[in-house]
Amino acid sequence: MNEILEIIEQDPKKDPSEIALLTGYSEKEVQTRIKELEDSGIIRKYKAVIDWDRVGEEYVYAIIELKITLGDRSGYDTIAHRIASFNEVRSIRLISGDHDLSLTVRGQSMKDVAFFVAEKIATLDQVQSTVTHFVLKTYKEDGVPLFEQEKSRRLAISP
Amino acid sequence: MTYVKKFLSDKIKTVPPSGIRKYFDMVIGMDDVISLGVGEPDFVTPWHIREACIYSLEKGFTSYTSNSGLIELREAISDSFHNDYGVDYNPEDQVLVTTGVSEAADLALRAVVNPGDEVILHEPCYVSYKPSIILSGGTPVPVSTTRDNEFRVSGEQIEAAVTDRTKAIILSYPNNPTGAVMQKQDLEEVADVVMEHDLLVISDEVYDKLTYNGKHTCFSSLNGMEDRTILLNGLSKSHAMTGLRVGYAMGPPGLISAMLLIHQYTMLCAPITAQMGAIEALQNGEAEMQAMVREYNRRRRLFVTGLNRLGLDCFEPRGAFYAFPSVESTGMTSSQFAEELLHQQKVAVVPGEVFGQSGDGFLRCSYASSLDELKTALEKIEEFLS
Repeated sequence: MNEILEIIEQDPKKDPSEIALLTGYSEKEVQTRIKELEDSGIIRKYKAVIDWDRVGEEYVYAIIELKITLGDRSGYDTIAHRIASFNEVRSIRLISGDHDLSLTVRGQSMKDVAFFVAEKIATLDQVQSTVTHFVLKTYKEDGVPLFEQEKSRRLAISP
Repeated sequence: MTYVKKFLSDKIKTVPPSGIRKYFDMVIGMDDVISLGVGEPDFVTPWHIREACIYSLEKGFTSYTSNSGLIELREAISDSFHNDYGVDYNPEDQVLVTTGVSEAADLALRAVVNPGDEVILHEPCYVSYKPSIILSGGTPVPVSTTRDNEFRVSGEQIEAAVTDRTKAIILSYPNNPTGAVMQKQDLEEVADVVMEHDLLVISDEVYDKLTYNGKHTCFSSLNGMEDRTILLNGLSKSHAMTGLRVGYAMGPPGLISAMLLIHQYTMLCAPITAQMGAIEALQNGEAEMQAMVREYNRRRRLFVTGLNRLGLDCFEPRGAFYAFPSVESTGMTSSQFAEELLHQQKVAVVPGEVFGQSGDGFLRCSYASSLDELKTALEKIEEFLS
């Protein structure tokens, strides 16, 4: 099972027939297992890692850290769900340390992101304070390096 | 040129040139070759190991080490064998760190071989054993393994090759070039012969971590073999560290000390940078190593299935990263096949006879290449055969 997941995590477009070849399962077994993994929510979604900088798309990303004051009856989940519902928010995590929540926000411009934080996030009752870090350059995204990898230096024939 | 040849020793004139050289020369200068001829991992050394090497340089670790190697490394090696195979070697006097396994094999032979002693080796095998035996003053006695027995060497075969001059046997499983492995009961057969004829075994197990569908058995873990085995291993294949040159030998103190004697006068010590990387590899490298093994296994399934589909009969290799298909169905010899395939389709493989006469009729194909390269290579071989 994990073997199939490891392959799909690397390459979601891989054909079930090839996955069968790589794992030793039959093609039918692979299809059944993938279906089970999808249905049970273990496979959440198939996604592409895109280097938007290369497209020339001027997205602005920011990492925003929040200090939260919990209300009487609601925990972190409530406020986190609320913030997660904004389209601008790409990821949100509960973290240890000086701050409580860390989010990644994407906007069309720095102004865009700044306004979003000022108007939608900072104004929430439970949000005590915010720190915004604008992303200048991304080198690696979700395990995928976005810079050129060095070519193999092996000799063509060796014992 | 002819004049200087008179200075050469008689011994060096008896060492045959490596058959692999010819194919290397053919490939060199050709562009866009897909090479299945490489006897090393395609992975670069995992970053945490490279980082440890860099850090050691920054901290000024640039001196000689103990001749035997850094004690921390010897301890890490000793621990890993205790954990993996339940065999115990004292890091103080039973572990010797060498500059790759090739040096360790040379030291072992030079430490035990007297002029005229015979050393049995099973072929096809790694190219350096035979010359090393000759250079140590011994006589190589090759035993041929066959496709029918999945390139395992049997106790009977070894028994038949034993004479009163036999000193030692070189075993090398998982095997380069065939990908063959020996199960515990296969090795026990060999151990019986070793015991009966009072022999020594030099066991090169550098591919021990690269086994698929079954766990490797360490030769010295067999009953009574600990005192009769010089175990050779290294980090080249398991941790993709070929160019860093870290190997080691383990065995009875009396033999290791003799090897150390040669090592200290010739090599002095293995490079300290590589030793520092090796410590990191053994202490923290398990997860990345396992990920590489899983990846090799996928490639192995894809590639071996592909070869058999093309009619190139190939037994299931359960170790190392080589497939060893037969070219019999094509009517070509293995060297014809390799040369034509290279010139017509730019795919490089190594003909089996380079690794010993019994390799004739087979090809060594390394699947230490990306899945995409392996798929392209299979397509090109298919085109070549059509």
